[in-house]
Amino acid sequence: MSAELTRLTAAELAEKIHTREVSAVEVAQAHLDRVAAVDGEVHAFLHVATDAALASAAMVDEGLAAGTAPASPLAGVPLALKDVFTTLDMPTTAGSKILEGWRPPYDATVTSRLRSAGITILGKTNMDEFAMGSSTEYSAYGVTRNPWDTSRVPGGSGGGSAAALASFQAPLAIGTDTGGSIRQPAAFTGTVGVKPTYGGVSRYGLIACASSLDQGGPCARTVLDAALLHEVIGGYDPLDSTSIDERVPSVVEAARLGTSGDLSGLRVGVVRELGGEGYQAGVRASYEEALRQLEKLGAELVEVSCPHFEYGLAAYYLILPSEVSSNLARFDAMRYGLRVDKGASAEEVMAATREAGFGPEVKRRIMLGTYALSSGYYDAYYGQAQKVRTLISRDFAAAFGQADVLVSPATPTTAFPIGDKVDDPLAMYLNDLATIPTNLAGTAALSVPSGLADGLPVGLQVMAPALGEAVMYRVAAAYEAARQAEDGGPLINRVPSLPGGVA
Amino acid sequence: MTAPALVDFDEVVERFDPMLGLEVHVELNTNTKMFCGCPTTFGAEPNTQVCPTCLGLPGSLPVVNRTAVESAIRIGLALNCEIAPWGRFARKNYFYPDMPKNFQTSQYDEPIAVNGYLDVLLDDGTTVRVEIERAHMEEDTGKSLHVGGATGRIHGAEYSLLDYNRAGVPLIEIVTKMIPGTRERAPEVARAYVTALRDLLRALGVSDVRMDQGSMRCDVNLSLSPRDSGILGTRSETKNVNSLRSVERAVRYEMTRQAGVLLAGEPVVQETRHFEEAGGSTRAGRRKETAEDYRYFPEPDLVPIAPPAEWVEELRGTLPEPPWERRRRLQAEWSLTDEELRDLVNAGALDLIEATVAAGAPAGEARSWWVAYLAQQANSRGVELAGLEITPAQVARVIALVASGSLNNKLARQVVDGVLAGEGSPDDVVAARGLAVVSDEGALVAAVDEALAAQPDVAEKIRGGKVQAAGAIVGAVMKATKGQADAKRVRELIIERVGA
Amino acid sequence: MSADPVTPGGDTGITRDEVAHLARLSRLAVTDAELDVFAGQLEVILSAVSRVGEVAADDIPPTSHAVPLQNVFRPDELRPGLTQEQALACAPAAEDGRFRVPQILGEEA
Repeated sequence: MSAELTRLTAAELAEKIHTREVSAVEVAQAHLDRVAAVDGEVHAFLHVATDAALASAAMVDEGLAAGTAPASPLAGVPLALKDVFTTLDMPTTAGSKILEGWRPPYDATVTSRLRSAGITILGKTNMDEFAMGSSTEYSAYGVTRNPWDTSRVPGGSGGGSAAALASFQAPLAIGTDTGGSIRQPAAFTGTVGVKPTYGGVSRYGLIACASSLDQGGPCARTVLDAALLHEVIGGYDPLDSTSIDERVPSVVEAARLGTSGDLSGLRVGVVRELGGEGYQAGVRASYEEALRQLEKLGAELVEVSCPHFEYGLAAYYLILPSEVSSNLARFDAMRYGLRVDKGASAEEVMAATREAGFGPEVKRRIMLGTYALSSGYYDAYYGQAQKVRTLISRDFAAAFGQADVLVSPATPTTAFPIGDKVDDPLAMYLNDLATIPTNLAGTAALSVPSGLADGLPVGLQVMAPALGEAVMYRVAAAYEAARQAEDGGPLINRVPSLPGGVA
Repeated sequence: MTAPALVDFDEVVERFDPMLGLEVHVELNTNTKMFCGCPTTFGAEPNTQVCPTCLGLPGSLPVVNRTAVESAIRIGLALNCEIAPWGRFARKNYFYPDMPKNFQTSQYDEPIAVNGYLDVLLDDGTTVRVEIERAHMEEDTGKSLHVGGATGRIHGAEYSLLDYNRAGVPLIEIVTKMIPGTRERAPEVARAYVTALRDLLRALGVSDVRMDQGSMRCDVNLSLSPRDSGILGTRSETKNVNSLRSVERAVRYEMTRQAGVLLAGEPVVQETRHFEEAGGSTRAGRRKETAEDYRYFPEPDLVPIAPPAEWVEELRGTLPEPPWERRRRLQAEWSLTDEELRDLVNAGALDLIEATVAAGAPAGEARSWWVAYLAQQANSRGVELAGLEITPAQVARVIALVASGSLNNKLARQVVDGVLAGEGSPDDVVAARGLAVVSDEGALVAAVDEALAAQPDVAEKIRGGKVQAAGAIVGAVMKATKGQADAKRVRELIIERVGA
Repeated sequence: MSADPVTPGGDTGITRDEVAHLARLSRLAVTDAELDVFAGQLEVILSAVSRVGEVAADDIPPTSHAVPLQNVFRPDELRPGLTQEQALACAPAAEDGRFRVPQILGEEA
């Protein structure tokens, strides 16, 4: 029974809980048992909040027993929260030594929306330190393993959230996407990951990596589940000045509509600059197969050109480190977090603490950003990168004039072996080639499983204009349904069983 | 290395032209901070007016206080500035423990107000136009308390204690253009400008403008050019100038110091200096090993501010009568000479008198209280007039009590003393101290008779027509009644009783 | 914000000394061994990212914010904050209701 529960989708679990076929506590316990069984191998979680999860689930059950309507369509469903959102009752580390043991005195807006929706927060998931990385190897708390092949990375920075989904430790998870940190791990683990429109999900309580690029978003094993979660966490927040004061797009309705399988009348833009050279053969094959499937669903394929996308990576690795260098200045051993008492002055203690508390990738990006913002270099680096950002937005605008959504492979490769790129920063950065333009433009995108290449999952990226999530979900849901029909079931069911797991 | 001797001020002016610039930081009196909903009250228990945002906790975000923007726009308009149609906040990056994020959020190259001026009245009645370069919004820092070492100063301290109540309080920085041609009047112009600015901000109601509490702070930029050369000299920036008098002294001191350096053939160092209240001098701050590079960039957590024209015009409509126009009006209403007006302005008494008049007191009386007795009290306490713990309404009440005959002037001063001592309102003090003119006619007559009986020779003189001799009897009666008698009535009674 | 322009795409040639300077500006007490590694890595990264200079963008306005919002304000109303105890709960050291920090070198505020 317990094992079966962990294989269900969030929508299925919600239905069983709300009709009181199973209790939220049973569901929570089943997932906690699964965590206990397999997470020693996967290491998706940094903190498991057993008591709080069971207490929260019990409250949902009490409400339902008293005849009260569920707080949300996902009330009682368990979730894994990326350890970059503040939580009052759990430590929050952002994967960094410098925040070891920090107990925030406040909940992030996303956290409080999950709580009000009655969602059971199982715990906090592993990530690259301060969300900088594409493999979760840059976590200060050890690497997370890919459930498809535990010698490989799950992607990053949100590797913990994606691995938790793929190993059936949670049906829902929250990630953050600054340059692909939701979509790339989704692609690597055969799950669904959505980067909403910038400003669509509140950043209040999200420990910043790069403020103008960061966006929290839903992760799940199905498009519908992601949509359900999207509607819970999305929407205006007066505590975030960059939050968009508009209604959340009706993504659940769109996902349900998509399942009907008809995309006729929709124009799908195939981005010429993404998916060619530099992409693994298996990934390219999977992508071409996906394009064929979209056509079969009635979509019209249009080739579009986004000539400035090729400069996206360079612009991104100037803008991001610049913002990082400033955002991470606050970790200085004065008010919270680690303090290394080396040296007599505040200045020395700051430098010693930051040296000991930050990992190499964080230090690299801080110094890179400090350099890019320095007087004398600002115009050539940061200033020029911001102009490229404008050009990329214009590329998107032109492409969305010709197509309703754009598609590309989510990543150039499938999951790579642990240790492969950890000492080669540039090789690591290339992972985000296809996902970065969306962050620079503030638009929306998702990754949906598109089969396997050499036994490892591949993701199809679907991109939409700002606040155009509905059509993106519709296309993804239609594609997901067609793909499953062809494969005879969800891709995720083919994930190998783990040593500790019975499944 | 000994510093070159100071040069006599007259000689400085003979040989050099001072170039003066002033940067004034004003804390706004909004209910909440610039970017979060924490209170801004001065003097609260440490770290009780803080939240994740102003403590710079991970994940926290700023949201701009609308009223602070309105105050900034109103200040800009009152300073005759253009209001920028579009602008962003920037981050000024540098590490300092009193700054929770290790960057200050500040308008850098996109200030909300630019290119204005303020006309400043000097003692001799001439007006100097001070050009305003910009006024921009930013946030204040926390406060550090240095423990150990001799003086509580930063140097030699063993450790520091930080209070972030002030962190994030809205600040407006108002920067003048270089003020040329001030010559020997540079110190006076500096003081007059800061005074005029303070009066203007007070009239706008946007700040407490308390230099003693740090809600208004001034930095003095000064350089010297060889007389009539037009060659710009290297400037120093003197911080920590915390009173109007200090502004004047700091300018004077820097002129004499820099002239000494230049005449010794040495270069003036571009540096930050600190004003020393005690000696009226400035001293160099610690030299930085490397030049500061603040790495400004647009604040990504805040969106641009683009004040719509209608909003700006609506705010223009809320501007009060400019202080100089108001002064002209009050001068006419109160029949003041130029000199009297200037004394009132210099004493910072104008608002107080006007408020006292508004509370029902006659202008003459209100003025006399504030410039005489209350000015003495302020002086002896070392605070500004406005810093006295008495409100204009309370002064008006004292004046009313005198007018009704309930108090005489001596008692009135005691009542004021009581109010200043924190004993409550004038009526509270009257009641608690039992201060009221003895109006019991029977008791007064008895006291007069007693005094006359005690000094029969004086009584005889008065009877003989020497009315001025009554003074001795009045004195005795006042003594007997502990000063609580109406002297005029006593005098009348003496004549009456003697002549009877 | 600019002075000496750098040649886009050219040899960025970041030196070990420059990296040491960046580390100081960033308050990172990096070791000598790290300096060597970082200098090499930053060099590679910088030459890659300086590709942005290949784009002709003189007349292109920079984008600082992905979504074109403006005039987002908050009413001047109090919001509950933290208690002194909450504020200091995670402090490495505290005394008399304040954060205790090592002696501060540098300018008096």
